[in-house]
Amino acid sequence: MSMLLEVSGVCVTFDGFRAINNLSINFAKAELRAIIGPNGAGKTTFMDIVTGKTKPDEGKVIWGDQNMSLLGMSESEIAKEGIGRKFQKPTVFEAQTVRQNLAMALRNPRSPFSVLMHKKTQANASRIESVADQIGLLDSLTRVAGELSHGQKQWLEIGMLLAQEPRLMLVDEPAAGMTPEEREKTTSILREAAKTCAVVVVEHDMEFVRRLDCKVTVLHEGSVLAEGSLDHVTSDQTVIDVYLGRAHA
Amino acid sequence: MRKSFVAQNPSVLWFIAILAIFTIGVTLLSEVTGVNMISTSFVKTLGKTLCLCLVAIAMDVVWGYCGILSLGHFAFFGIGGYAIGMWLMYARTEGIVVESLVGQPLPPTPQEISDVIGNQIFGVVGSSEFPVIWSFADSLFLQLLMVVLVPGLLALVFGWLAFRSRVTGVYLSILTQAMTLALALYLFQNDSGLRGNNGLSGLQNIPGFEDVSQATISIVFFWASAVALALGYVFFAWIVSGKMGSVIKGIRDNEARVRFLGYHVESYKLFVFTTTAIVAGIAGALYYPQAGIINPGEIAPIASIYLAVWVAIGGRGRLYGAAIGAAFVSLLSSWFTGGGAPNVNLGFYEIQWTDWWLVLLGFSFVVVTLFFPKGIGGLFDLLVRKQS
Repeated sequence: MSMLLEVSGVCVTFDGFRAINNLSINFAKAELRAIIGPNGAGKTTFMDIVTGKTKPDEGKVIWGDQNMSLLGMSESEIAKEGIGRKFQKPTVFEAQTVRQNLAMALRNPRSPFSVLMHKKTQANASRIESVADQIGLLDSLTRVAGELSHGQKQWLEIGMLLAQEPRLMLVDEPAAGMTPEEREKTTSILREAAKTCAVVVVEHDMEFVRRLDCKVTVLHEGSVLAEGSLDHVTSDQTVIDVYLGRAHA
Repeated sequence: MRKSFVAQNPSVLWFIAILAIFTIGVTLLSEVTGVNMISTSFVKTLGKTLCLCLVAIAMDVVWGYCGILSLGHFAFFGIGGYAIGMWLMYARTEGIVVESLVGQPLPPTPQEISDVIGNQIFGVVGSSEFPVIWSFADSLFLQLLMVVLVPGLLALVFGWLAFRSRVTGVYLSILTQAMTLALALYLFQNDSGLRGNNGLSGLQNIPGFEDVSQATISIVFFWASAVALALGYVFFAWIVSGKMGSVIKGIRDNEARVRFLGYHVESYKLFVFTTTAIVAGIAGALYYPQAGIINPGEIAPIASIYLAVWVAIGGRGRLYGAAIGAAFVSLLSSWFTGGGAPNVNLGFYEIQWTDWWLVLLGFSFVVVTLFFPKGIGGLFDLLVRKQS
């Protein structure tokens, strides 16, 4: 089966510390995947590598049907290839309205000239409305993003990812700081998104991962420790030792 | 749901209307109409102030909207002044030289004329050769092109190098300040080709219009400055109000987020930096013929810092705020330093405003930044809120 993203043999060292150690991980075209692991396991560094923020010392990152290498591409080029990223801390443009946030993310030409000449169209407006509907912010389009609640900001950022129409969404701790009801809704938004594109969720919270009900990859010390269903990995003795055991100790 | 540009930006209409009333009012009260209530020199001061407003709104776009604290935009302003000054000085000297050589038994060759002009212009720095950079000085059209091209290219190259290396924040400010200092120090040298610290002078005399009174010339430049300010205002309001404005405000607030949305942040910064540099150059080209003289001191790093202070006091992130700040502070500055403000006698010490104005300005800057981050422009918010 051809993969959407293949990461193989990647190593990253920060000042002698091996953040990522011979990491190999693959993602299929439309799958929902959770990545878990203790602090310092390399979850965020893994996202940084895929999105072009961090250059690995060695290894390969191969993307899409053309087997394109993502190494050496800039963040904006990678984003245009269809990889969207949500940060751990919700980062939306707080000074602008929900509509402006979504309009900026909408899949459209990104060059300064085409942006300067950009005209509002009915087609764009309806795309914005459909995304806003998906994330439950249809009534808040004219509100300034800074006024939104923490959960709504998280959804708005996920909405901005959806508006990009990506083929791979990397989502860092989407449920952090959310109430149980909000978590429920976040789960359904992500599961819905995973029907059309690959969604990779990095999460600490086991309960949230259980609700996602998907394949789980456990990272530890910069490489994959175990992979499979949540029940499979949680019954794995090494996983219990390095991660769960420590959490329950 | 689509509204016209003006309907979305009511401040544009207000700004243009007030500017138009002001321009017509000053003209009616000037010496041109014979009313003589506003002296020619004050018309020039007001015209210069309009040019400062123009460079201030450019500064607001690059700093207030895009978040790049450039401490070098006054250098672009100065370059624009030098570019037009070269033509003004050359053409006027040429006129005088040709006139003085009339009636010679042998008509002078073009080489002789050129030598005399060179001697006249560069005599003060002990030279008579035309430096290479004066190659186009005889052509008004080419020098006008230089007004746009030189600041534009300098900003493009400098910005490309700086933004590509992801220099941001205070480090970028320091770099722009270093560029400004380097340029000023270079111009101070006698062999810079621009008359060292003498600068270019006599710029108020417009070649070909020797018979026109300064009163008329001052009004023409005043109008030209007002039109340039109006056009600049509309242009920048258009840029910052659309999707482009969204993106550059996004860059100001969170550069990384914009990058991960797929926008090439460096291109946007370069666009904003270069466009505003060009507008600064145009403002300078209108300012210095009214000032009459330009010298390297005008480009000194402190001038660019003043520019940032004007925008901060006026209220950054709103174009009219920048214009108000520039007009208010620069006019107040000339009032205080020009001896307009009465000295304050404290008994044991007499405060002379020519010395203490900078202290007062510095103090106001601190107060505004700490307590009124929205600046003077923020007062309009209070006004609007009261009405609604």
